[in-house]
Amino acid sequence: MLLKTLSESSGVSGGEQEIRNIIRQQVSPHVEEAETDVLGNLIVRKKGEKEGPTLMIVTHMDEVGMIVVGFEKSGLIKFSKVGGIDDRVLVSKVVQIGPQKIPGVIGAKAIHLQKPEERKKSIKIDDMYIDIGAGSREEAEKKVKLGDYISFITRFEEIGDHCAKGKALDNRVGCAVLIEILKKQNYPYSFYGVFTVQEEVGMRGAGAAAYRIKPDLALVVEGTTAADVVEVKKEGHVTTLGKGPALTIMDASVITHRGMVQFLKKLAEQNGIPYQIRRFTGAGTDAGRIALTREGVPSAVVSVPCRYIHNPAGILNLKDMENTVKLVDAFLKNLPEGGFNNEGTD
Amino acid sequence: MDITEFLQKISTTPGVSGYEDRVAEIVVEEFKKNSHQVRRDALGNVIALKKGLNSGPDSLKIMLAAHMDEIGLMVSKVEEGGFLRISPVGGIDPRSLLNQEVLVHGKKDLPGVIGAKSPHILEPDEMEKGVKMDKLYIDLGLSEAQVKEVVSVGDIITIRREFVRLGGQMAAGKALDDRAGVAVVLQCLQELQGLKHDADVYAVATVQEEVGVRGAIVSAYGVAPDMGIAIDVCHGDMPGVPEYRTSFLGKGTVITTGPNIHPVIYKKLVELAEEYRIPYQKDAAPGPTGTDAWALQISREGIATGLVSIPLRYMHTSVELLSMEDIKHSARLLARFIAAQKQDGLKELTECF
Repeated sequence: MLLKTLSESSGVSGGEQEIRNIIRQQVSPHVEEAETDVLGNLIVRKKGEKEGPTLMIVTHMDEVGMIVVGFEKSGLIKFSKVGGIDDRVLVSKVVQIGPQKIPGVIGAKAIHLQKPEERKKSIKIDDMYIDIGAGSREEAEKKVKLGDYISFITRFEEIGDHCAKGKALDNRVGCAVLIEILKKQNYPYSFYGVFTVQEEVGMRGAGAAAYRIKPDLALVVEGTTAADVVEVKKEGHVTTLGKGPALTIMDASVITHRGMVQFLKKLAEQNGIPYQIRRFTGAGTDAGRIALTREGVPSAVVSVPCRYIHNPAGILNLKDMENTVKLVDAFLKNLPEGGFNNEGTD
Repeated sequence: MDITEFLQKISTTPGVSGYEDRVAEIVVEEFKKNSHQVRRDALGNVIALKKGLNSGPDSLKIMLAAHMDEIGLMVSKVEEGGFLRISPVGGIDPRSLLNQEVLVHGKKDLPGVIGAKSPHILEPDEMEKGVKMDKLYIDLGLSEAQVKEVVSVGDIITIRREFVRLGGQMAAGKALDDRAGVAVVLQCLQELQGLKHDADVYAVATVQEEVGVRGAIVSAYGVAPDMGIAIDVCHGDMPGVPEYRTSFLGKGTVITTGPNIHPVIYKKLVELAEEYRIPYQKDAAPGPTGTDAWALQISREGIATGLVSIPLRYMHTSVELLSMEDIKHSARLLARFIAAQKQDGLKELTECF
């Protein structure tokens, strides 16, 4: 499965080489142009039957992870987070470091050696390190370099009822959706597909790509929080697994274009595609940057709900991914030649 | 079987305390190849006998004990939405469980994930707090109805972790406490194939150590050995832990002394390590060793007990880390120890006092 390959590949913000190469290989045969810009965004152009409004479909390819920031005499490796990760999930995990994918583990003091008050507190990243089994700093530095990117090792696997478990589902699921779209044929209008870098460290890639492309409108494809779990009250669920793609009204980065959102809703209803509204105004996506590029770009966000994003192991529903492909596909097929007004297309 | 391959196989196989059968099957198969007979007792301990030269009723009996159970979890409740609440089996730090992958042993094995909020929706003070067991839940990606068809309260859960070969002789994984000890016992049996020994050797892979050294209690009674040696793991060197409480990874087998240990067994182990130039470290345990040795020592009329350990970092997490060298050195020392014991040496065990 394409999503498995994407999920198991490395591409921490700023170190997207591996994932970019995989995506480029996947999409190159199906697009007119594929090029990278100075930040590392992968920008492709898909030829349609004719030229219409300039549309970019954007999805970020980077993932949260870590970076090597130092070495202890003992050969243990100090690291910092790249992007938002709860320190507490790092304990007792396996990671891979650098282009050679050197395996290492993040351990913790044995329960037998802890004082009672220690057990009440969370373990902080300053007290953690990665153990690659090296006996000295010299031995460690032979395998690992300062600045090497670090990602989790999580095997992608289909579990439960149409669900899948893996790392970096935010946003390899968005990449999977866009790749599938780019493999399709015969869209009425040409469009750009953009796989951005560095979304997780502040949407650093998307703005430059949008500036270059000068789009009339932008559709961002994301993996978003689904907190539909037992520890969270219903009003805090944000999105729900299995209920279809989530449409954003607003988050902390953007208020989406009402006309585009209305259009997406109508398409979903007409085509029998389940959808849901993202019920949260926090967090952000590349749309926040794109919408504010040049004189402003009408933007919308379609997301696949994912549980436990920014964690080593997330869970999503594969039907939600399929329905997101269907919705984006319908969007491209039915795109009005003149774009959108802010009240909807009717 | 190559000892690293064997350790990889048993490390990744589920075997939570009381539910060791899958590990036991593999152990029985490998012990059979290196012993004369293998049986399992009423609690599930695997007991292999490798007979000595001229084996008979009066033969000296030495028991090796390494536990094959691992810490884990049990389903305590199926919540609305199909999420599972959990209860610990053995000493497990809830702070090491956030977002771990698990296998729930319902009517069939179900892969799942222990949930963890994404940082976007965490409360500001939430990250400061240590994770509590009652906040944790397992997500199987199934609806409540689907979960209830295959999972019941009381089902056992194993933490999932692939065995990781690190650089050199280092390896990491789950349940190396004490599958590493079981690997030592197997390698010892293999080494004994090439050595002459008078003693009958009982190689025991014990059950339920993590919940109170229970397998050792009954297997020691059943075997009734003259000498018993437990093989377990001890804490490896790491930051934040005083050096005197740990041993160094890769610097050899650890020989323990203290009230749990018979002074003659300790002395002989040290002497043999010196004689055969086997790398070793010493450790002193002031009271309970937290190993099968604690049960062995006071079985029946008392058993002369020793303890040989493998240094291991991050004990009771899913990334326990050790050096395969230490396993090999431990096995070699035990084989030399067994080969050196004679029937007339038994007197020393009581006359030394």
